[in-house]
Amino acid sequence: MRRTFVKTVVAAAVVAAFGGLAYAQQGKPVKIGLLATLEGPFAAGGADGMRGAELAIKERNGVVAGRKIELVKASSDAKPDVAVNATRKLVEQDKVDVMVGPLSGGEGIAVKEYSKTQPNITFINGSSGAQATTLVNPSPNFFRFNTEGAQWMVGLGKAALDKGYKRVMVIAEDYAFPYSQVQGFMSEYCRLGGKVPVKAWVPLGGKDYASVIARIPKDVDALVVVLGGADAVNFLNQYEAAGGDKPMVGGSITVSQDILNYKGKRRDSLVGTIAGSPIADSYDGADFKKFVAAYQKEYPVSSGAYPSPSLFALVYYINMKAALDGLELVKGDLSDGQKKYQAALAKMTLKTPVGDVKLDANRQAIGTTFITEVVKDKQGNLFNKVLRKVDGIDQMLGMKKEEFQMGSRDVPNCP
Amino acid sequence: MSAANWRNAMNSGAGRAAMRARVSANGAGTLVAGDRALPPISIPTFWRHIGARHVVVILFALAYPWFATPFFTFQIGAQSLALGLIALSLTFLGGYGGMVSLAQITVAGIAGYGIAIFGAASAADATISLGWPWWVAVLISIVIATVCAAFIGWLSVRTEGIYTIMITLAVGVAFYYLCLQNYSVFNGFQGFQRVHAPTVLGVNLRDAMPFYYLALFWSLAGYFFVKYLLRAPFGIALQGIRDNPRRMNSLGFNVTAHRIAAYALAGVIAAVGGVLLVWYNGLIGPGSVGTSWIINILIIAVLGGMRHPIGPFLGAVVFVLLQTFAIDLIDRERFNLLIGAVFLVIVLFSPDGLLGWWAGLKSKFLTPRGGVR
Repeated sequence: MRRTFVKTVVAAAVVAAFGGLAYAQQGKPVKIGLLATLEGPFAAGGADGMRGAELAIKERNGVVAGRKIELVKASSDAKPDVAVNATRKLVEQDKVDVMVGPLSGGEGIAVKEYSKTQPNITFINGSSGAQATTLVNPSPNFFRFNTEGAQWMVGLGKAALDKGYKRVMVIAEDYAFPYSQVQGFMSEYCRLGGKVPVKAWVPLGGKDYASVIARIPKDVDALVVVLGGADAVNFLNQYEAAGGDKPMVGGSITVSQDILNYKGKRRDSLVGTIAGSPIADSYDGADFKKFVAAYQKEYPVSSGAYPSPSLFALVYYINMKAALDGLELVKGDLSDGQKKYQAALAKMTLKTPVGDVKLDANRQAIGTTFITEVVKDKQGNLFNKVLRKVDGIDQMLGMKKEEFQMGSRDVPNCP
Repeated sequence: MSAANWRNAMNSGAGRAAMRARVSANGAGTLVAGDRALPPISIPTFWRHIGARHVVVILFALAYPWFATPFFTFQIGAQSLALGLIALSLTFLGGYGGMVSLAQITVAGIAGYGIAIFGAASAADATISLGWPWWVAVLISIVIATVCAAFIGWLSVRTEGIYTIMITLAVGVAFYYLCLQNYSVFNGFQGFQRVHAPTVLGVNLRDAMPFYYLALFWSLAGYFFVKYLLRAPFGIALQGIRDNPRRMNSLGFNVTAHRIAAYALAGVIAAVGGVLLVWYNGLIGPGSVGTSWIINILIIAVLGGMRHPIGPFLGAVVFVLLQTFAIDLIDRERFNLLIGAVFLVIVLFSPDGLLGWWAGLKSKFLTPRGGVR
């Protein structure tokens, strides 16, 4: 046992020494920190996010601008203080050059605040989608190459009315990201004449939805369910058990691959659910198909991955790709407090599997959203069919700055 | 099993072991009530009680930030001290008062929320913070937290053993849900962001080194406060109550009043720890007072050992190191397994935590002179 250990260490040292020689000619490796939730309610999504980010690195064979990429991972449990602790460890202890993460909305706001204390490190978002991250007190070195929660819902209000849902009840988790999602949905839905008589805000990681299910009014046409991960599965199971039969309108992470693949009975009743999302499994763009094929090749279902990449995988992939493409643009030059790198990121047009992305003045992505509907394929797998593709959505959702109001529990309101 | 039996079962660990050690050390065949054999510390003779090991530990703690990186100073050092201080309040209550209270992080959280609400913080879309000067906010927060701690004590002192654990757990979880669902005061799930330590006399306490020394100062204060208290008449009466409340009652001690006072004093320690913790995190929300932290504080106290006030600080260092570095040792979602395994090994092989190991080593390699203090 001990002998094997010693051998391994010696072997590792030899490899490191020779490897080191090779890098020395090309510059030292570039260290990238990667933070996602491997614990808590988004554990499954976090694992898939990591797959997406690793895929972007594997596409470049682990090398960018002639420098080897060294990935240092960390985990949180969707709590802001845990996320900041993990980020601080990556930045100050592991001394990463670029930081990619975190996953969840509240975490994003906290990490953005922390990024202000480290101006010489570049922070790129993971998949957190709260509006406030880039709208309120933006940080000059925090970049978000994914569109956020409200942008993901643009077009869904109209789609819901087209389906004949005139009154809906909102059931959403009680934190920054679902506020954004609900705002994105309601600002359009209310403007076009829809009514939302009841909004139920439930705690993140809640297990018991009985009181919420009891509050569903008889006269609503559909439920807008903005729950993620384990919460969505719990709600669906309990709604099923309670005999619920209302059709659903989903938030972006309600009908993501990680939910569509859960094994409950209510699963089939998800068919017909419309949702807004930055990803649609059946989108037939050539780049997207290539991305899906690469994901499936690298992570077969037998390894615990999903049949098709989830939202988290795509968004982490996009942000990691942005980090690497930016490094390529400046030829790996991170000197002078990364000023050149940050300027390049801010100006860059990023090619993503779902179309080009540019950043606005707050370093927030302007990009594409899909309106999707859940359908069942021949093998019995559920997937999202594209109803509509909306391009070039900015953070104001096409509204004027004066009329735009950031989402909260009470805003917008149309009972 | 009656309540009194529960109580004996709960007490048999820390206190009895310490007493046994001391009785044998005194070489007396008669049972001396543990700590009463030692003279109480009065302030003028205080310095006599600082031994060589104290000097070594204090010198190390003082020099630490000069050779450690800012990361190790802040995230490992300062966080351990803040958590250790909160766990110290549990050690004091549990180890010396015989009352295992799970609501200590709740008291710390009340102080932390107080800082955010009375002082300056940002709550995204709400304007709750009153923006008072930091020292007013700190004072009021600690007073409120202490009053709440006394109230929690008043609620739970009539229960014993496992029932105390249950009722304090209930208080802790109730406070978590209050924070989660109240928006007018606690701002719900999001809590408060940007709750930063102030700048005092030109020193920005947010910086790693000043904050470390701030945490160290209050940790030392808490440590010596507890050490002093344990030999003061109050502390001796408290330990008497731990060992035999009925007898103490018949001797004329007001058992309930002593216990409530112990809760209040532990509350002061936890509140100071809570202020440090909220400044350390720079934010507070329901997640900071939830069940995971209730358990974590218990883990820290048990890990370190409840027989001496240094225990919780040792436990906190091990806890923080594991939380921070376990993911480097084991990849992906398995690292929690390592954390759990280490905790299990420590508690399994030494029911008295790290201090138990230390005592074991000492008795093995050194001639026992004064027993474990």
